[in-house]
Amino acid sequence: MAAELFKVENLTKQYENDGVVTPVLHGFSFSIGAGEFLSIMGPSGSGKSTLMHILGFLDHLSGGTYHFEGRDVSRLSDDELATMRSEKVGFVFQQFNLLPKTSVLENVKLPLLYVDVSEAVRTSRAQAAIEAVGLAHRLDYLSNQLSGGEKQRVAIARALVNNPSVIFADEPTGNLDSKSGAQIMKILNELNGEGKTVVLVTHETTTAAYAKRILRLKDGLLVADERVDEAKRQQALAAELK
Amino acid sequence: MEVRNILKLSVRNLRSNPLRSFLTMLGLIIGIGSVVLIVSLGAGAQALIISQINSIGSNLVGVLPGASDENGPPASVFGIQVKTLVNDDVKAFLSDSRTIHLVAASGYAQGRVKMVYENQELEGGSFMGVEASYPEVENITLSAGRFFTAEEDSGLARVVVVGSGVVDELWGGDNPVGKTFKMKRESFRVIGVVESRGSVGFSNLDKFVFVPLNTAQKILLGWRHLSLVRGRVDEAQNIEETILGMKDVLRERHNIDSEEEDDFSVRNAADAVELLKTITDAFRYFLAAIAAISLLVGGIGIMNIMLVAVTERYREIGLRKAVGARQAHIQNQFLLETLVITGVGSVVGIAGGAAVSGLIALVARALGYEWAFIVSLPSIFLAVGVGLAIGLAFGFYPARRAAKLDPIVALRYE
Repeated sequence: MAAELFKVENLTKQYENDGVVTPVLHGFSFSIGAGEFLSIMGPSGSGKSTLMHILGFLDHLSGGTYHFEGRDVSRLSDDELATMRSEKVGFVFQQFNLLPKTSVLENVKLPLLYVDVSEAVRTSRAQAAIEAVGLAHRLDYLSNQLSGGEKQRVAIARALVNNPSVIFADEPTGNLDSKSGAQIMKILNELNGEGKTVVLVTHETTTAAYAKRILRLKDGLLVADERVDEAKRQQALAAELK
Repeated sequence: MEVRNILKLSVRNLRSNPLRSFLTMLGLIIGIGSVVLIVSLGAGAQALIISQINSIGSNLVGVLPGASDENGPPASVFGIQVKTLVNDDVKAFLSDSRTIHLVAASGYAQGRVKMVYENQELEGGSFMGVEASYPEVENITLSAGRFFTAEEDSGLARVVVVGSGVVDELWGGDNPVGKTFKMKRESFRVIGVVESRGSVGFSNLDKFVFVPLNTAQKILLGWRHLSLVRGRVDEAQNIEETILGMKDVLRERHNIDSEEEDDFSVRNAADAVELLKTITDAFRYFLAAIAAISLLVGGIGIMNIMLVAVTERYREIGLRKAVGARQAHIQNQFLLETLVITGVGSVVGIAGGAAVSGLIALVARALGYEWAFIVSLPSIFLAVGVGLAIGLAFGFYPARRAAKLDPIVALRYE
């Protein structure tokens, strides 16, 4: 197995609202190696999004430990988490979350605004990321002039532009027709082939079929950790991409 | 995130909803505009008043009855009667060697009375008892007739010289020389008309009827004291010496040993200008302070809209945080957006206030006043400074709220 990228031990998470404590994750451990293509699956309410938010430095954990690249990141401050998000990870959301009435180029440049590089570097890196998702001809289009599939490709370009080691995708095909969805998954698959770790959160089995490993959550507990047989996976991909 | 990028962003946000941006700024525009307008109009009015006083002549010295400290006005200014100054004091000035540089002087005694000409009435018309030397003291010219003589004054003659404003009110603008009208049931004959001088300070000199001093005191007022003495000094450099001389003469005549016991105040025109400037300055800043209250209201309006903007842009804020923005980045973005709004609002307000002030100056000049259009640089800096301070003060809370948003909550917000 490749070098360990994520390592969580006895992870728990609870939310507190007006004194009412709602436990979401009940304590489990696992690790993810660099270069994996992992799918977190489970019914809604199982805690899969919460897990992704914690892994993606969007949220704090309540208990247990979390190591990223061997560093303990369990108790980072909000701003330290922001730095981790800026440097280490990229997000793709179900709702695309592009800035409205803003060009493709500006949207993809967004993460670079919070990094200390020159404007010229920002532009060239954003252009490269947009080319990588096959949208070079849409550079100056406004976000609302794009189709759903194109929007999600812009979102992927935005996730890539900081050259992160991990890409988190939260139901990336949830708002897309099956053809555009397959296109998105193909891009994610290619990125994984180039060495990026991809963590996918989904409840769709067709989407999960791209993963090499599936974590199944139920009621805040890790109930299964399956490795997909590579031969079977290739078969499924061939069928999917037909 | 560099300032340049945030600026670009905020300008884009402002332009994406121009009506709302304008309405957001409107409170501030009105506030800044009215402060600039009031300060500017005040400066114009002040300059006008002072130039009018200077036109009478800066070689004038005045004696007011009653003591006063160095800068404040004496009690007589507020309508309190002080009877210490009398006609013989003026005569003493003119004969004493210590006040040799006084070329002319006159006692003044003023009051209000009902003036009647045929069926025209002037309720509470102002009259001024003065001596025959008055035209020389105040540098006036007559547009018709003549001024009364010292003999007419001492002989209690019922003759008057009227201001042009009185001519308009009692005689409908006709030449009144030779006509007779009544004050206190006594008939007075008009022998001259003073050329129009307009307003000086807060009183319109054209609305005065000039009566021989003794006639005014004995027939109209029933007093023997003076409300003012004015004298003209030959050269500006002799003013100080003359003032000291006048004080000596008065102390001698009033049996006063020390300065603390003075029952009079001697002023020269320059002092009067200073005093008037102090008073009008106070007025100006008082009015500006009232106008500044509207700035506060404008600031609250801006804060309100910025809070709405933060709520509307939850998703954007969440996204920015998700892609690596720190709290400071978000806070600075919203703060700078508020500053852009207040900055643009201030500039528009200054331009608007100055434009209205300019317009008023044009109208005033068209009406014949020598009104100067004054927008001082400090007042502009002050307005911009206040505008930006309001942006900082009222933009801080919304910006802080945006910065503290939880990225997950913000991203999920519909």
